[in-house]
Amino acid sequence: MSSYLLRRVLYGLLVLAGVNVLTFALFFFVNSPDDMARAQLGAKRVTPEAVEKWKQQRGYDKPLFLNEKMSGIERVTETVFYTKSVRLFAFDFGASDQGRNIGYDISTRMWPSLAVQLPAFVIGLLVYITFALLLALFRASAFDVGGVVFCVLLMSISSLFYIIGGQYVFGKLWSLAPISGYDGGFEALKFLVLPVLIGVASGIGGSTRWYRSIFIEEISKDYVRTARAKGIGELRVLFRHVLQNAMIPILTGVVVVIPLLFMGALITESFFGIPGLGSYTIDAINQQDFAIVRAMVFLGSVLYVIGLILTDISYTLVDPRVRFS
Amino acid sequence: MNRSEAMRLLRVRDLRMAIHGDGPPVRAVDGVSFDIAAGETFALVGESGCGKSMTALSIMRLLPEAAAISGGMVELQGENLLALPEAAMRDVRGRRVAMIFQEPGLSLNPVMTVGEQIAESVRRHTALTGAAVDARVLELLESVRMPDAQRRVTEYPFQLSGGMKQRVMIAIALACDPELLIADEPTTALDVTVQAQVLDLLRELQRERGMAMLLITHDLGVVAQMAQRVAVMYAGQIVETAPVAHFFASPAHPYSQKLFAALPERAAGGRPLAAIPGAVPPLSLEFSGCRFAERCEHKLAHCADVLPEWHGAGEQQMVRCHLYGSDQRPPRGLPSGRGVMGDQHKTEPEAGLGSSPVNHQSSLLEVEELEVFFPIRKGLLQRTAGHVRAVDGVSFSIAPGRTLGLVGESGCGKTTVGKGLLRLLQPTAGRVSLAGEDFLALGAEALRQKRREVQIIFQDPYASLNPRIRIGDALEEGMLALGVGGDAAGRQARIDALLGEVGLAPGVRSRYPHEFSGGQRQRIAIARALSVEPKLIVCDEPTSALDVSVQAQILNLLKRLQKEKGLAYLFISHNMAVIEHMADEVAVMYLGRIVERGAVQDVLRDPRHPYTKSLLAAVPVADPQAQRPVLRLSGDLPSPVNPPAGCHFHPRCPVAEAACAQAYPEERALTAQHHVRCHLAR
Amino acid sequence: MPPLPFRIEVLWSDGLVWLLVIAVVAYAVYARRHPHLRAPWSRVARSASAMAAATVLCCFVLVGLLDSLHYRPLLPPQGGKPVYATEVRSVLDLVLTPLRAQREKTYSAPFATELYAKETIKRADGVETREFPRLRHGGKHLESPADSAADIALRAFRGVVAALLAWFAFALLLSAALARQQGGGIEAAWRSLWSGLTPLPWRAVLATLGVLAVIAGPVVALAPYYHVLGTDKVGQDVLYQSLKSIRTGLVIGTLATLVTLPFALVLGVMAGYFKGWVDDVIQYVYTTLSSIPGVLLIAAAVLMMQVYIENHADLFPSTEIRADVRLLALCVILGLTSWTGLCRLLRGEALKLRELEYIQAARAFGVSHWRIMMRHITPNLMHIVMIALVMDFSGLVLAEAVLSYVGVGVDPSMISFGTMINSARLEMAREPMVWWSLASAFFFMLLLVLAANLFADAVRDAFDPRVAMAGGRA
Repeated sequence: MSSYLLRRVLYGLLVLAGVNVLTFALFFFVNSPDDMARAQLGAKRVTPEAVEKWKQQRGYDKPLFLNEKMSGIERVTETVFYTKSVRLFAFDFGASDQGRNIGYDISTRMWPSLAVQLPAFVIGLLVYITFALLLALFRASAFDVGGVVFCVLLMSISSLFYIIGGQYVFGKLWSLAPISGYDGGFEALKFLVLPVLIGVASGIGGSTRWYRSIFIEEISKDYVRTARAKGIGELRVLFRHVLQNAMIPILTGVVVVIPLLFMGALITESFFGIPGLGSYTIDAINQQDFAIVRAMVFLGSVLYVIGLILTDISYTLVDPRVRFS
Repeated sequence: MNRSEAMRLLRVRDLRMAIHGDGPPVRAVDGVSFDIAAGETFALVGESGCGKSMTALSIMRLLPEAAAISGGMVELQGENLLALPEAAMRDVRGRRVAMIFQEPGLSLNPVMTVGEQIAESVRRHTALTGAAVDARVLELLESVRMPDAQRRVTEYPFQLSGGMKQRVMIAIALACDPELLIADEPTTALDVTVQAQVLDLLRELQRERGMAMLLITHDLGVVAQMAQRVAVMYAGQIVETAPVAHFFASPAHPYSQKLFAALPERAAGGRPLAAIPGAVPPLSLEFSGCRFAERCEHKLAHCADVLPEWHGAGEQQMVRCHLYGSDQRPPRGLPSGRGVMGDQHKTEPEAGLGSSPVNHQSSLLEVEELEVFFPIRKGLLQRTAGHVRAVDGVSFSIAPGRTLGLVGESGCGKTTVGKGLLRLLQPTAGRVSLAGEDFLALGAEALRQKRREVQIIFQDPYASLNPRIRIGDALEEGMLALGVGGDAAGRQARIDALLGEVGLAPGVRSRYPHEFSGGQRQRIAIARALSVEPKLIVCDEPTSALDVSVQAQILNLLKRLQKEKGLAYLFISHNMAVIEHMADEVAVMYLGRIVERGAVQDVLRDPRHPYTKSLLAAVPVADPQAQRPVLRLSGDLPSPVNPPAGCHFHPRCPVAEAACAQAYPEERALTAQHHVRCHLAR
Repeated sequence: MPPLPFRIEVLWSDGLVWLLVIAVVAYAVYARRHPHLRAPWSRVARSASAMAAATVLCCFVLVGLLDSLHYRPLLPPQGGKPVYATEVRSVLDLVLTPLRAQREKTYSAPFATELYAKETIKRADGVETREFPRLRHGGKHLESPADSAADIALRAFRGVVAALLAWFAFALLLSAALARQQGGGIEAAWRSLWSGLTPLPWRAVLATLGVLAVIAGPVVALAPYYHVLGTDKVGQDVLYQSLKSIRTGLVIGTLATLVTLPFALVLGVMAGYFKGWVDDVIQYVYTTLSSIPGVLLIAAAVLMMQVYIENHADLFPSTEIRADVRLLALCVILGLTSWTGLCRLLRGEALKLRELEYIQAARAFGVSHWRIMMRHITPNLMHIVMIALVMDFSGLVLAEAVLSYVGVGVDPSMISFGTMINSARLEMAREPMVWWSLASAFFFMLLLVLAANLFADAVRDAFDPRVAMAGGRA
């Protein structure tokens, strides 16, 4: 078991190495640092000197992989690849193209993200699973059919409209919650209600349908018939047997996203003015700040890999076949 | 049916149910009536799709969602179960009527402990709580002879073997001492030695508890061993009911008679089996006459138009057939006595069959010390930590035109032998020489050329044909790949000829597999193997997925082709009767090795290895009077990863001695052809 | 010879779109001949919701295809050589000329005759007042803006009547066709049509068409005279924008999935069939790719593409061509970043298939690996591909809106649902709110995505082997 987990961790590191090389190639091969400088400076201010200065300030003036001018270990470390890519493994995110300390920004901005995402995730999970269980309990009835149609309808609405509509109805029309903004401490609560609510609502359609299909598939299995043959009521069959078995496919999809909750929700945060990592990323994209985008790509992959390992661990909790092998 | 009302525990009257899908409803159970007396075992027997399982599920009211009961009555001690509200029916399920299913592997909740699954039933229907429940669970596990019962309570289903899982199912069913136990093919998914254990257990439990049992099976042997009365189902209806003794002595309905005649053990001395032509009619049709009329040899003018009534055919024997009508007399050719039994144990083997000495010079295939190991990777670096010794040094030879039967239980490695010698799996050691040439040493191109000589037929007729490819193209594939059959016109002519040889019309070649029944698909698979004119065909359980009447057709076809083309077969099967019917020589495998081999009548009539003996003793014989030596194996097949030291069989062997645990026995020749690997065989 | 009044301009995406149309037609012909494809498709065709959804989708596709025939109009003659405009237009633009050409100054509400904001206007007598100026085009045929309600009602009524007449004629034609096919009279066909007794659910199709006709009729009648859905900040007609957005959505929804197919199919089949190190490498590649959060990977790739385009501006002769290349690049990026899910699915299926007996039988004949994968594995995976194709479509249409909002979607000059929402959202805070752009984008998107989802559901139900198997084996 432990050697299995260790293997998964090593595999995760290998994946991160791949991500690292891939992002490096994407950011430095498709366009050279000169191209980036020109794009950043804007057509009017491009002079060879300005480009050189831009590169020097941001450390892009070094060779990509091998610094011929240096000797010893510095031939490798004094390169763009080492300083901008390999250092990420030490969570040294460096400075943004605007000169901000990315590591510091991340450490302060992940908490507001989590404050929105975690409640939305937990409440969402409860709501979706409850709704899906109800549909599964009354499967093939008018309630089920209507519920599924309702889910398809909700799925067909762009997430942008959940936010716009929510802001309009709750914020503007009924003035129940502030439209945007954020505050520290308990004051944050009133700013969180609407984004959390909208986060939950926008997922109802797709998630409920997904959980429902898992439950329906489990219900058709033979062990459920055995349980019924014992004379057990449908509710107990659903909660004691079906739910427990359905946890295996559910966990596959759910646990992996838990670490990613730190990353925040791009759109929600920017609409609601929440100073989290999501709006940070959006701002970086709009300002074409490549250093921040690179850092976020790497951070996202790290969190995903952690999610994969957590998924492996969570299997051992719900699936005895994994636990005892 | 002249039993008194009081004795009737279950009364089923005119039960009807239908499955609703895309097309017209499928009436899988269409007017079924029977009674079960308290304490009696009543067998419902029939081929797949006849509606026997649906009958059982209708009684329990556990039908799948697309199906619904459309009429009739099910009375349990005078109470109509079909009229009960669902909540009241739940009190009946598990307490008064319990059920066990075919697939023990799928029927238990995989993430719940065995003890909890049994306890659930105890808590549901009794007032027991706390420690009393635990005690009851343990008691139940012990009552189903669960080895190591105390430990099993906290184990999960995946930690148990198939036989043990079925014991757990039985324990769940018995939890509240039901009046009626419905057993739906309880041993079909189990190996024959484990089947024997489970059947023994069911019989003992029933006797101890005076419980009635509705046994659903396709196996006449199981019926003969277990039941007091039997009903034969065909196409949604019961066509005959009788006490078991009468039924086996003189089956009345033409269908019942055919079922017996199709059993491979009933064919004396290699004569063709009696097969039933055609197939079961689709149950979405409306029937106006006898459902069997189209396939019946004794069909009368009005059989197809007039629904037959019930007629008496003997003492307590009822049959739904016009041949027994008041103005009819059972015509000649309808055997009415024991004659049909054709007692095979007294049948002398046909002279010359399998008794000629095997000439090694002329052998077509020689397998020496074949090994197929699968590595088990473990740890951080996935190093090979051990091997699954699926085939562990197997040697045999097959002469041209002869059949070697390879018999053994699931997991013994017999299928791996077949795939290994075809190099569909790569053998890890050994030699396979085909007509003198080392098949395993061939390079890619030479191997391709040589593949003509040996072909394979598989078990599952539904998986053996690509659903996206027309029959003609499927038959052409091998010819194209191996350059057989000449040009396109030549190949087309050959496809027609092949289809004719396996009894199909040439027109089928432009059709797709889904239009064919299992038996027809197996014919196509045979034609495909024949398309490259092989000398040897590996038949890997070719009839295990087929009903007995269709099995007879396929076995007859294989025999005829062998005679006409001089084919050699490696016939892999778990079914002793089929092997006996088909093979000249037989090799018995246990845990990757051949433990006994020789001419078929030597090995099967006079088995020397204790495993062969118990395997033969475990086969249920379709004769209630048959007296077989009782030689029950305990336990299950050990894992081929860590085979027991010494003789692999010694932990289960009823006659093992100390020496057996020391060394694997060498092969010794009892006669020129009869070899056995046992320290005790003399 | 006088010069042609236009020169056909085939944009990259046009070429691909029409190639796709040809491929779909070819597939339809192929599927008709093969029962294993005909059976599931006829199951789809028997579903009423699928046919209603397909009717709506057909209307969208028609608009999208009209918008995929591009040309450059001839400029007024100047000297000898004919000169064509650099601006690229589509046949849809031609059809919608009044909508395209009738630009207002800035925002105006639906059916308005006056601008949305007050302006300082110097009257003839020299007095400056602040008032709502009349629109340049919307309702300019009216004497007084006060007449607009009656005028709108009258025109809308005429539109509805005309649309209903056309619809009725279509229903009659359909009955006639059905009568010919079934051999009964027209009257009998008409009755069976309306009682839902036809083998295909034509009643659902007709009902959908009826609803569409009742909506479209008055819109067509009113559009030349009013801005039915208002105008946006630069005075462009919102109905025109909504119709132009359809092509963008359709192109992204289809082409992006097509990019994923070769990767997912080839790599998935190879990984599942060969197992061993091939499988290890492919699994590693897709795990690595899928470990990067999708939006971030797309954002990074699009950013790089933007920099590239900015630095190579000379490669793109006109904004339309640049926007088109950007659209295609977006499709490729979406495709390259999203093949992993399908690949994983196909690998799993191929792993199961390779153990099946007909593949073992083919190997026993020495059939080559390549041929086994082509003939035996891939055709038996196509149902999964088909399901993925239709299921992904709606997700991609929705993703376009989000990406364009984030700023990594289509070119800002290209009209799409995303750019519509993005520019309209800035006006949310205005009092009274400018709601019509958002509302139009909302309803057009909802209709398109809902129809796609309903159709996809029917396709999945029809192609799902678990459903099909249950019928096949019984």
